[in-house]
Amino acid sequence: MSQLKEILSKLSPANIGESIQKSQVYRSIFRVGVPSSDRKRMLVMLGNVFLHLHPVKVRKSGIRLRFTWCMGGITFFLFLLLTFTGLLLMFYYRPTLEYAYVDIIDLREQVPLGIMRELHRWGAHAMVISVWLHMFRVFMTGSYKPPREFNWGVGVILLVLTLLLSFTGYLLPWDQLAMWAITVGSNMARATPFLGYEGPGAALLQLGGVSLVNSTSDARFALLGGTFVGEGALLRFYVLHCVGLPLIAGFLMAVHFWRIRRDGGISGPL
Amino acid sequence: MSEESPQAPPKPQPVKTKAPAASRRSFLSWMSVAWVAFTASMLAAGTATARFMFPNVLFEPPSSFQAGSPDVIQIGQVDERFKDEFGVWLVRDEGGLYALSTTCTHLGCTPNWLEAEQKFKCPCHGSGFYKTGINFEGPAPRPLERHTISLTEDGQILVDKSQKYQQEKGQWDLPGAYLEL
Repeated sequence: MSQLKEILSKLSPANIGESIQKSQVYRSIFRVGVPSSDRKRMLVMLGNVFLHLHPVKVRKSGIRLRFTWCMGGITFFLFLLLTFTGLLLMFYYRPTLEYAYVDIIDLREQVPLGIMRELHRWGAHAMVISVWLHMFRVFMTGSYKPPREFNWGVGVILLVLTLLLSFTGYLLPWDQLAMWAITVGSNMARATPFLGYEGPGAALLQLGGVSLVNSTSDARFALLGGTFVGEGALLRFYVLHCVGLPLIAGFLMAVHFWRIRRDGGISGPL
Repeated sequence: MSEESPQAPPKPQPVKTKAPAASRRSFLSWMSVAWVAFTASMLAAGTATARFMFPNVLFEPPSSFQAGSPDVIQIGQVDERFKDEFGVWLVRDEGGLYALSTTCTHLGCTPNWLEAEQKFKCPCHGSGFYKTGINFEGPAPRPLERHTISLTEDGQILVDKSQKYQQEKGQWDLPGAYLEL
């Protein structure tokens, strides 16, 4: 009884906190402890694999909502949301002609939290809008100018990737809207210079009178895995949407954020 | 490698090493061989990977198909039996038969045959085509395409979709674009 009293008397928030901070688990994660100076705070930022992408210091103007609109941050947040909800949707969705459409219905009608698919869909729309607004803000504040011109280029590629993610995801519900939107959209690839069989220069690519670029060997065919939007297209778009494009986008996002730091943080007001 | 070393200028302090030092020249030539080999292997791997995306066998309907006896189709009729699987309408007029592609010439949707209005109407952007395939309304820039149509030896219609005939190029007059009956 007295032993228990002794232990209980030592139980104060300060003691608990101290013993946690002295524990091996805590020290293996946070190696330098609570930073007590600006120099140590800076070292925390530099020594952390996630935080080192972020500027050590942010200008007061940089966090003003009227200056940044937080559109880049919102875009990143939406990307994380879409990654998470998309991962959950993958547990139910099968990209085949037989199941794709009914699985989407099933996700809405039968699977608990039927709003999940809607979150993914509306999040995707919101991300396209926020990317455009982010670009607009960067343009209007002149933040694309040197030394930030490289990061503007990375951002343009990220914009294209966002649109491609939106385009590939659009096919997956496999309804009439999706089918014909992708039919119309992918027909544009037929007119790719040299690589599309109806594009300029494609007729020049011949070998012994046999044209190298025809309807089964051009850019559109590689995109669809067939000559029309069918089984192959659904699977290819699914793989690109769930793995290929997010990987490239994630990699470029790391570069994008890291370059903000290297280029001197968020630009100041004009 | 070693035969190059006597030509090298005399070293100020001769250090005896067991492995013969590679001369600058042999190093550079080996490096260029290595780089050429590396680049060639990367190009070969890249080409092979790109080729991987083009399958050899397609699980799509064959481009050529037999469509039964022409007697089944009446004069003035638009036969829609082969629309879903093969993307072809068989249209019969007084003179014979032709095979119209069901791909809209605007952006590639599939129009519907409206029997009451005697026209093909595309649901995507409203392009309209006469029974002959000639466009007359909406954004479609040119008439529907036709495919090769002929008779087999036993009198069946044979349609070959690998060949297309475009009216604006004057190809509808070519043999194969029209089957006289």
